[in-house]
Order: sequence, then C-alpha cells, then structure tokens
Amino acid sequence: MINFFKKKNTDLPDFWVNYENLFVTKQDQKLEDITFVVLDTETTGFSYEEDRMLCIGALKLIKNNINVSTSFEIFIHQDHYNQQTAEIHGILKEGKATRLEELETLKLFIAYLGNGVIVAHHAGFDVTFINTALERHGLPKLKNKILDTSTLYKKTLIRSNLLHKKEHYSLDELAEKFNISVKDRHTALGDAYITAIAFLKILSKLKEKNISTLKQLLRIY
Amino acid sequence: MKNTISHRVADFLKNYPPFNQLLLEELQELSTQISIVYKEKDAIIFNENDAPHSHFYIIHKGAVSLNKTQTNTIVDICDEGDIFGLRPLIANENYKMEAKAHEESILYAIPITTFKPYATSNREVGNFLIDSFASNTRNPYSKSHRGTLYGEPESTEIYNPSTELLDLQPVKYSKKLVSCSPKTQAKVLAAKMTSKNVGAILVLEDKMPIGIITDKDLRNKIVTGQLPISAPASEIMTSPVITYSKKLTITQAQMAMIKSNISHLCLTKDGTVNSKAVGILSKHDVMLAVGNNPTVLIKAIKRATRTKEIKQVRKGIMMLLRGYLDQNIPMTLISKIISELNDACIKQIIKNSLAKLDTPPPVTFAWLALGSQGRSEQLLHTDQDNALVFEDVAPEDLEETRAFFIHFAKQVTQRLNVIGYEYCPAEMMASNPSWCLSLSEWKKNVTTWITNPGQDEVLLSSIFFDYNNVYGNHDLVSDLSDHIFKTAKNYPSFFLHLASGALQNPSPTGFFRQFLVEQDGANKDSFDIKRRALMPLTDAARVLLLSHSIKSINYTAERFEKLAELEPNNAELFIAASYATKALLKFRTKQGLAHNDSGRYISLNKLTKAEKIKLKRTFRTIKEIQDLVYIRFKVSTLLR
Repeated sequence: MINFFKKKNTDLPDFWVNYENLFVTKQDQKLEDITFVVLDTETTGFSYEEDRMLCIGALKLIKNNINVSTSFEIFIHQDHYNQQTAEIHGILKEGKATRLEELETLKLFIAYLGNGVIVAHHAGFDVTFINTALERHGLPKLKNKILDTSTLYKKTLIRSNLLHKKEHYSLDELAEKFNISVKDRHTALGDAYITAIAFLKILSKLKEKNISTLKQLLRIY
Repeated sequence: MKNTISHRVADFLKNYPPFNQLLLEELQELSTQISIVYKEKDAIIFNENDAPHSHFYIIHKGAVSLNKTQTNTIVDICDEGDIFGLRPLIANENYKMEAKAHEESILYAIPITTFKPYATSNREVGNFLIDSFASNTRNPYSKSHRGTLYGEPESTEIYNPSTELLDLQPVKYSKKLVSCSPKTQAKVLAAKMTSKNVGAILVLEDKMPIGIITDKDLRNKIVTGQLPISAPASEIMTSPVITYSKKLTITQAQMAMIKSNISHLCLTKDGTVNSKAVGILSKHDVMLAVGNNPTVLIKAIKRATRTKEIKQVRKGIMMLLRGYLDQNIPMTLISKIISELNDACIKQIIKNSLAKLDTPPPVTFAWLALGSQGRSEQLLHTDQDNALVFEDVAPEDLEETRAFFIHFAKQVTQRLNVIGYEYCPAEMMASNPSWCLSLSEWKKNVTTWITNPGQDEVLLSSIFFDYNNVYGNHDLVSDLSDHIFKTAKNYPSFFLHLASGALQNPSPTGFFRQFLVEQDGANKDSFDIKRRALMPLTDAARVLLLSHSIKSINYTAERFEKLAELEPNNAELFIAASYATKALLKFRTKQGLAHNDSGRYISLNKLTKAEKIKLKRTFRTIKEIQDLVYIRFKVSTLLR
C-alpha cells in the first residue's frame, strides 16, 4: 500500500507538484495577508458525473482590493453539451470565445489559484466539479481552504424568533440584500464578482460580531 | 485582458466625465488596468500628508468624505461618479486632505500612469481636468492652481475652512435643457413646461439662446389676454437672455439674480449669448444649494423622479437637522419637521415606484411605517420597519394580489435602502410575505397577538402598534385601528403582558448608580441609549395610552403630554417623562450626527461631566414611570 502512494506521487506532473509545495509552509491567519480566490463555474448541468464545466471565472481579493487585470476567465471546450442549461449561462457549443481543453484550463487555474483561500457561493458545487475534472485527468483533489458565502451569510443574520431563516440563500438573494447589480449574472466571472462583493460585505458584518480571523471563518462550518 | 469585470467597469465609467469623452475601445482598455477597492464605513483611503498613491479614485458605490483632520471639518462629500485624489498625483505633492469612507463604499482605483496618456492626447479630457482644478470648482484647495495642470504648482495657500465655502462651490444646474423653437405655440410650450415640471423654458435658435419664457411671462402676456394661446414663442419670450458661463459659483449666481431681478439664468458654453446653451439655473436651484429650509427641501423631494435625487435631498435634511440642533430649537419642533421631511421622501419613493409599475395596483393599499419611524422619532437613518395592508379580495385572487404587492414593496424597500435606510435585520418589511397582508389577514394576526400574548406576540405588537400610515388608503388603517381597540378591550390581560414587556428592558444604571455598559460584541463598553433609556419610556407610553384607547398619537413625548392631560393627578410625572424623552432623543441624535451612525451606542469616556449628569437625571424619571406601570397593570401577578 505504501508503495502505491509513493508511485502515485512521483507520477504527478510538475505543475501539480509545484502547487502542492505551496502548502508545505503554514499559511497566514490574518485576513489582510490572505489571498482570497473568489470563483464561479458555469456547467452543463448539476450532475457531477455526466455534466462538464464550460467556464471557470475567478478573481483575486487581497486587502479588500480586486485587480481587474489579474482576473481569470477561461472557456472550456467540452464534447458534452446540454441545450437546456445553455439558456441560463448563454454559452453556445460553438461560440465565438476561444476555448481551451479541460486539462489545459485546469493547469492554468491551478497555477492561478496557488495556495489562496477559495471563496464561492455554494462552494461545494463548484469545488466538487473542479475536483471531478481533476480526477478525470488522474490528479488529486484541491488542497485549498474553502469558504462558502451562502453559509457565511447565514451567520450575519440576527438570532430572533421573528426571523424565519432559510436553509439556503441564493446569490440573487444576497445581491438583493447588499444592493449589488446583477447585470452579469450567470457568467462565471460576473457571478464571481457578485460573490466577491457580497463576501466583503459579509466580512464587515461578521467583524461586528468579532469574527475576524480565518480560523474563525472556517469554524463556522 | 478584457473580461466580464472590465466590461462592467467600463460600462460604469462611460457615464461620468472625463471618461465619457473617451472612445469605448479606450475605455475598455483602461478598465482592464483598474483595481476595485472595497472600503468599510469610516475606513481611511488616504491620510492628510500621505505620499500620493499610484492611482486616483472614482466612486462606484457609496460616498467618501474629504476632511481636514486638524480642524476636524468635512470639506466635501463625494458621491457616485465623483473623482478624488487626482490632483496630488498630477501636482506631485502629498495629499492635502484625508479621504474617509462616509458610507460603505466601492471605489475604482485608476493608475495614473495608464490614465495620463489619455489626458495629454485627448483635449476634452485635459480640459475637464484643468476645469476641475480651476478655482470655481468644488475643490477649494486648487484655488492657486488654475490652469497649472502639468506645470509646477505655486505655493499652496493654507486654506481656512471657516471662510465662506459657498463662494467657491460651483452651482449645480439642470443639464437637461427644456427648450423650444421661436415658432412653438404658447399652449404647446406650456404643456411641455408642465410635463417637465419647470418654471422656465429656453427659446433656442441654432442651439443659441435667443429668449426665455418663464411662468411670469405666461401670466403677464397670455393669461391677461394680451396674446392668444396660439402665439409663437418669439412673441412671448423675454429677450435677450441674460447668460453666464457654466463656471458660475453659487454666490455669483445669487448676485446675478438680485442684480437683474430675474429668477432664471441661462448658462452657455463661454458665457455669452453667442455660444451653445448648456443649462438653465433657477432661483430654486440656488436656494437648494444654499438653503436648507424645509419648504425648499419638500419642493425638491416632490420634484424628484429618481432615487438618486432624493438621496441628495436627504443630505440637505441632515444639514438642516444639524443646524436646528446647534440652534437649540425645541426637540418637538425638530422631530416634527424632520420626520415630515423623511415621510415626504418615503412618500415620493412610493409614488415613483408606483409610476414605474407596468400595471396599477389591483386594489387600494396603505403603506405603514412601524417602530420608531411610525412614532416620528426617527431623525437619523436607522433601519426600515414597514408593512403593507391591502384591501380584501376574493380568496382565489389573494395570492396573486399579494405577489403583486410584494413585488412592488421590494422595489420600494430597495430604493429606501439606496437613500440610506438599512434593511430591517428581522425582515420586518413589506417585502416579506408575512408583513404584506390583506386587511382581514392583519385583523386576524392582531387578534392572535392580543388573545395569546406570548413573548414574541408582545414584541410584535409593540413594534406594530406604533404604525403610521405613510401612503395610501387611510380607511384601511383606521379600520384596523378600530379593530385593535375593540379586541384589546375584551382582553384586558393583553395590557398586563404589554406592560410586563415594557418593564423588561435592562436598567440603565447599576447599584452604585454607575452606567451599565454592554459586556461584549462590537459595542462593548458603550452605553446602549436606545435599549436602556429610550425604550422603557416608549414602551410605557404605548401601553398607558393604548389602555386609554387612543391611537392617533404616536410620538412618545406627545403621548406623555396627552397622558398628563388625561390623568391630572399624575401630570407632573408625565410631563417629566415627556421632557426626558425629548432630552434623550436629542442626545441620541447629536451623538449620531457626530459619529455618522444611528447614535444608539454611546462611548461614555467621550461624554463630558455635564452630559453624564444630564443623562442620569432622566433615569430617575424612567424608574418612576416603570413603577407606575408596574402598579397600574399589576404586573407582579405575572411571572416576569
């Protein structure tokens, strides 16, 4: 068994080894020093097995600052296509945007991601999609810490018998609460941007409740 | 690399000068280089005397105040679309002012190195910058830098904020020109003036202003029968027009109007009659700029068709409030005027939202303000608590009708949020399906609260029963009020519960008469003036007056005055309570204005001895009122 693990490790491509090396040293805990990678994916559907990612959009959030030039938006070439979801994300099978192969996209994305903390709305969905794609190419799962704005948002709500809390809050509901324009809703990078702004506003609300370190944020789960 | 976000940025920038002068292509290129910066309320963007950043800022959302820290004065408040922090970059000097997020803000940071080539290559952009650095602009610091955009800065004068800022502020004129041709008939142009809601119309020929027609002209020349209503504009107009350059300051504009005894100035590109008309400036605009008087503000609110305009007026309201408090005007009067203005803002937002609906409401409705707003005690922006009641409909139409009103209420609450009312954290808003009900549903609700008064029900009643009809069908509301009294009369135990609820607020002072402060949370070690001092009074006044079956009075201080009238033997105490309420309210409002928040949490170490004594004096009254409630409603019989 031990042998099997060793073998697998040496088989991993350079880009993955580089990525894993980033996690050797302990990460910063102070929120100001952390690079948050806010991401969203557009997919052909909800099945982790059958459906595929069509686009990954992501941006980096450092010290409350988003640099537009460092955002990430790549469309992926896929053989699987679903007419119905196209109505939501608007990505055509043979659209004009240039697309890359899935493995190429993952390589670029992993390099982009580094050891940043992932932030996404309903993060489980996007991360599982990326992990399944990684698995298809014989790669291990993402090693990054993950924050979900949906769960974090619930923590900002007051505790009151008069308020009926929902199990899930959609990105649209957050945008409405925080007055964020939903102009680019359902494009990967547009949703990532909305998520990022919502995340910032959630952080400032949580700060009032004295939640201000990564450790505390992660403990919310 | 161009992407969804850079498009989004470009889409915003294209609406604001000087970026509106750039080609779309250039703008999109520029947008890929900017950073988006999030600032929490009160976060510093740069300090006075800091070395300049490598970028300047344009406000995407929120507001930023520019301050002189030494004198602690706000010099300017920048809004959405305003640029700040640019001049030091070009003049190569340190920041002259501190920039602080006045509200929670999103800024776009534009690197100066990327932007500078556009400023040098594009004349319009360069001109804009020179313009905004010339003396007649909102930035008074640039007085000595007229036209020296790229040159060496001259020695900077020390700016004294106590001198009249008005002199330097440019006028804000209406850029949407209402104009007609010389041939336009009187009745046509009058209709146009009515629809645009303006008092004057410009007569243009080849874009040059040749005359102006005001309400007065129409009165003097048409209504008197001197000219027929089919007369052309050229015969009615006053000519030639008195024109000024658009760089006019407020003081200059006032002088000009007084000098020529006119109410409208025409602004042209170079200030002469022979150039393009760019705007019209009415006495009203000038008064709005100088004046914070309630009549002007009300007028401005009623004219506003866009939420953004109302947001502007609200700033005037805050200035007015500050002025009133400084002048020590009686609190009752201040409350009346300010809440009247706040109500007018809400009303106008509801009106505008109604006008923007595709179909009119299926039945009549009433918009209720609850809580402190309902009691007219909301002087500063706090949370919005509201509810909607609509006329009863057939059961099969109920859900559809509700859906309609929820959709409508969502738009109203969102716009209220834009002008500064935070969403209610407990979702007590008309956009929530449980607060958007038909009349009989509300009656049923109220009955449940009164007949089964648990802790939640009492809390709900105490918030709801202070409602005030802000807009809509008044009959629905009085019907509901009657129902409340009828039901409450039959269930006297309800008052007992309401009274015990009124006594549950924590005490303001401890055993040694020291202030009790919050133990944890964001407001640790500060005194909660709302929960510990104002609420006990508010709750007591409510239950006492409800037991007298009086609904029409909502303002707590007035409720106590009414109680003094109804119960002469307790008059002294009630009058004292009325004073205490007003004093506390004033205290809270002043605190809120000073710290740009709701004023609810007060840090005690910042209070003077005199202020502390003043606060403590009110506490004795609170205690006495609570004792009275305790005895009158025999609360002791209930488990507290």
